[in-house]
Amino acid sequence: MTTFNTPKQPRGRKAGRRSPLASVALIAIGLLFTGGAYAAFSTSTASAETNATSQQTVGEGQKLFAANCATCHGLAAQGSGSGPSLIGVGAAAVDFQVGTGRMPMQMNGPQAQKKKVQFTEEQIASLAAYVASLAPGPGKPDASLLDAEGNAANGAELFRINCAMCHNVAGAGGALTAGKYAPNLKGVTEAHIYEAMVTGPQSMPVFNDMNISPESKRDIITYLKYLEKTPSPGGLALGSLGPVSEGLFLWIFGLGSIVALTVWITAKSN
Amino acid sequence: MAKDDNSGKDLTAADSSTVGHEGAPAGTAVVVRDAVANPGFPPHRPRVTDLDPSAERQAERTVYTLFYLSIVGSVFAIVAYMVFPIIPEDPGSVRLNNLFIGLGLTLALMAIGIGAVHWGKALMFDHEGIDERHPVRGTDETRTRAVEIFHEANVESGIGRRSLIRNSLIGALIAFPLPAVVLFRGLGPMDTNPSALLSHTMWKAGTRLAIDPTGTPIKASDVTLGSAFHVIPEGLQDLEHGKLEEKGKAAVLLMRLKPEDLNELPERKGWSYDGIVAYSKICTHVGCPVALYEQQTHNLLCPCHQSQFDVTNHCEVIFGPAKRPLPQLPIAVDSEGYLIAQSDFTEPVGPSFWERH
Repeated sequence: MTTFNTPKQPRGRKAGRRSPLASVALIAIGLLFTGGAYAAFSTSTASAETNATSQQTVGEGQKLFAANCATCHGLAAQGSGSGPSLIGVGAAAVDFQVGTGRMPMQMNGPQAQKKKVQFTEEQIASLAAYVASLAPGPGKPDASLLDAEGNAANGAELFRINCAMCHNVAGAGGALTAGKYAPNLKGVTEAHIYEAMVTGPQSMPVFNDMNISPESKRDIITYLKYLEKTPSPGGLALGSLGPVSEGLFLWIFGLGSIVALTVWITAKSN
Repeated sequence: MAKDDNSGKDLTAADSSTVGHEGAPAGTAVVVRDAVANPGFPPHRPRVTDLDPSAERQAERTVYTLFYLSIVGSVFAIVAYMVFPIIPEDPGSVRLNNLFIGLGLTLALMAIGIGAVHWGKALMFDHEGIDERHPVRGTDETRTRAVEIFHEANVESGIGRRSLIRNSLIGALIAFPLPAVVLFRGLGPMDTNPSALLSHTMWKAGTRLAIDPTGTPIKASDVTLGSAFHVIPEGLQDLEHGKLEEKGKAAVLLMRLKPEDLNELPERKGWSYDGIVAYSKICTHVGCPVALYEQQTHNLLCPCHQSQFDVTNHCEVIFGPAKRPLPQLPIAVDSEGYLIAQSDFTEPVGPSFWERH
């Protein structure tokens, strides 16, 4: 505006005449004002806003899905010969499979393996939102269930009954049939442990909330996190694999030192 | 050199190739004519400690230093016990306690052992020698004397003559272990046939399936597709006695498959409910809990010896040492929607026993 009233040209421009730029500026101001007012007003109708963004996220997720997942899972996530249907698996399954790097699958094999995560947090969220929009399914767990502040003793009992036969009592993992395996649970995030229980990825059975209640799932996570935090009272845990690694250690170092001592005892002194 | 007094010889006197062959009675054994001759000992080689007095003193120092170290180790173990006590509620303290006591004891014992061996190898006399075994047969004189002693004992005690005393003593010796046999029998199952105990479990018609360990009954609608429930009979958690014994027989794994995935025998069609099947968790091989259920392949794997069971085909054995399929628990749904057993297992669960093969 100052350009209109510059002292250099006070007479050249009368009050009735305005620069052509003035109308443009006026319109811009008007638009800004209305936009700002609308923005301020629409915060009160937050749900409408969220719906709009989630609609956008779903659309984004659909694009990501078509580009990265549809080859195996089908363009409408209906599944194909190479990948199961994802209708109804819910956001939890996507967050687990993509969030741990298992999906997209690197190659065919007995099971999808954990690897470097291929998507950003937002992309995973969009994919999850898209898959969740197809049909109702288990959603991401509430943060209050992931604080690892539950009852570790109860969690340990439930873990021994429901999980330890595959994942090993210390959560170190173990072998299944035909090259499949139950993975090591050390370092797995609380959310991914929870989502795995709810969705039953790959060979793992589903442990729904009627089987193991959300609070009990929290206890199980607490137990696993307790194991991670607490040093093994027995000293070197050797991967917590039980007789396999302990036997190998004893075989090599225990028997090895006995053999060495025997050789030394029976050798002639020089 | 030190040697015992019967037939120990020094190397110079050893001629072992002939020992024991002369005068042996002719038997059926094949006498090897071209046996490898005993090469005897290699020539004696003096040690450094035999030749060099300073090496000898060095070895002596090493030995007594090791023994002193052993004393230090023992004291260290005692001190470590006091300095690193086990604090309840702190598992880390157990580790330190065990580590330092163990180190002290290791030093104490290893130093004695190594010192003693080193002493024997480097300092004690090292002449090679042979100690022949005693002949097993006594001399004729000894043998005659032994027979005489037996005879005298018989005459003096009268055991051959006084037959009443002898026979009653034999009877008493036979009878005295009998109470032990009877008492030990009392430790075994008394009023029940053990094979009947092994053949039946806690499941009865109408017993609800409950979640291990809480005992919450399970509704059929709770068991979603792909689920695996670890199941105990309702009421097991309230048992006062024999809880583990009952659980050891009655433990069940409950799974839900797509009904079209199940290949059910016609006579067992009614044993499942809408794809929900219940099988004994006790392996028919040696009784480990079989619970490694793979929800995609529907295989059940036993972690002990890798027996695999195919849930879609009534848990038939598809791999491993188990001989029989896992017994199936016939299930149904009661009026409130809870899963119940139709009956006990129709066959004994678990591994073979003397009346089940």
